[in-house]
Amino acid sequence: MRLARIKEAGLGYLLILPAMAIFGVFTFYPFVYNLNLAAHRTAPYPGLPSKFVGYHQFASTVTSPAFFDSLKSTAIFVVIAVPIGIFAGLALAVFANQKLRGSSIFQVIFSSTAVTSVAVASVIFITILNPSNGLMQWLGINTAPGISQSPSWAIEAIGGIQAWQFMGFAFLIMIAGLQSLPEEVIEAARIDGASTWRVFWRVIVPLMSPTILFAVVIGTITALQSFGTINFLIGYQQVAYTHTNVLINYIYDEIYYNRQFGVAACLAIALFLITLVVTVLQFRVLERRVHYGN
Amino acid sequence: MGTEPTSAAAVTSVPTDPGRAADQALRARRTKVRRRRVSTFWTYVALIVGAVLVLFPLYVLVVDSLLSPSQLAANPPKLLPTSPQWSNYTKLFHDYGFGRYIRNSVIQTAIIVSAQLVTSVLAGYAFVFLRFPLRRTLFVVVLATVMIPFEVTVTANFNIIRDLGWQGNFAGLTVPFLATGIGIFLMRQAFLQIPKELREAAVIDGYGPMAFLWRIAIPLTRPVIAALGVISFLGAWNQYLWPSLIADNAPGIATIQIGLQRITGSSDTAGIELAGGVVALLPLAILLFFFRKTLIRSLTAGAVK
Repeated sequence: MRLARIKEAGLGYLLILPAMAIFGVFTFYPFVYNLNLAAHRTAPYPGLPSKFVGYHQFASTVTSPAFFDSLKSTAIFVVIAVPIGIFAGLALAVFANQKLRGSSIFQVIFSSTAVTSVAVASVIFITILNPSNGLMQWLGINTAPGISQSPSWAIEAIGGIQAWQFMGFAFLIMIAGLQSLPEEVIEAARIDGASTWRVFWRVIVPLMSPTILFAVVIGTITALQSFGTINFLIGYQQVAYTHTNVLINYIYDEIYYNRQFGVAACLAIALFLITLVVTVLQFRVLERRVHYGN
Repeated sequence: MGTEPTSAAAVTSVPTDPGRAADQALRARRTKVRRRRVSTFWTYVALIVGAVLVLFPLYVLVVDSLLSPSQLAANPPKLLPTSPQWSNYTKLFHDYGFGRYIRNSVIQTAIIVSAQLVTSVLAGYAFVFLRFPLRRTLFVVVLATVMIPFEVTVTANFNIIRDLGWQGNFAGLTVPFLATGIGIFLMRQAFLQIPKELREAAVIDGYGPMAFLWRIAIPLTRPVIAALGVISFLGAWNQYLWPSLIADNAPGIATIQIGLQRITGSSDTAGIELAGGVVALLPLAILLFFFRKTLIRSLTAGAVK
């Protein structure tokens, strides 16, 4: 009996070992390693020892003007991308969830942006925003001299692209949420003669609030880590650079172009803390308004 | 808040004259039918407007991938491929070696998806059906990995991979992603749905834990495994940040997404780049078409619980 117990425990450890080994080497160890990197100033030439500076590198990184510019761009980006994506996703889900002929085709269409990669989205919007003959230009919206040269609207446009991409995922989350709602409640409100608009705001939105909260949190985390579009459309040190250099892009450039691993590690810690604080705040603020059905 | 207070009075008020009541009921039903028809009409209008807004960028992608450089430079832009140019696609494969990028993406995605399925199923199963010391604590450790996004550890991981000498090979590209906390969580939730009596019955029949996993637990949770497969396929195929760091100067492992970025954005290559976009998107569009329901169901399990 005792032996069987030990055998069972041994098998248990054996089965979780592969996952635990990966987490240990590529999540937990790097997390600690990152703190160590942040405490050292990277040597100017490879091969030289890096210098221990404690928290000073972190302090100087997060008080630098570049960091403030980066924070501002990150905030604009998230504030544009998340609410638009969520509202559009929810509205489309409400329409596509009705039992109508062809609604499954619409469901495929609306979720399609969720499978579009950042690289593909970038290729598309480069074409649409092309300043010489892009569609935006044709519609009378001036995109000259091109997005990477336009600090006045570059980050807003990239936020819009992120909203378009996130909308598909928000749609999937929302339709999953809608399908688990009690149909009788919505039907009852309809029979009582409430307008579609009223049903949406007074019945569907409150009932969907846990799902909306989930989408807000996931959307914000995704946006804070979204990097490809900026890398693709703006590039390094273009005219719009300081206005589009969101935190994750800043981290990449410090690794890739400047090889300042210490600074990148400090920025990573800052991004982690910001993500954590924003997520907790969202839970605090939105949880109060969330209606969990019993 | 809950639902609006229902106007029950309107429904239950009893009319005095039975004939008038029937007449009223009939009229009420007619207006209801008419109203429903009108609302169906507006629903279709909304659906079509939404579809146009969502699809238009994708339409531009497909149409422009069939245009020659001079057609692409036309002002106003062409919205129909009147004379489709397949040359963008042939150039994509001949001059830009896109076949190799596809091969690399397939290898990278296959490694990540299959490994994530194996590690998630095994660990999820252990957390539900096997007893061992520290089981709960270790599960919390798994959940903690979800809280640490990869982007935060990317600097350190880059150094680790470099020190291991894996920069520029498939190990460096894939090994950090062979296990996922969300996958283990999803599989654990799925295995928890299996009644414990089934396990007990299987033990009496002489099934060991591995036989139970293989013959009963996996077949019962196949929809969740499929959903997890789709999710990790999406994530792996569309990866951008990590491949662009690791596949730098290593054409042997550059994935489609990186390949797209390498086709420079000059006006001569725009059509080729767009053709590459179509090729990159195609497998996912097919996947979405067949697995939409599975995906939605997996989200209901994750989001609403």
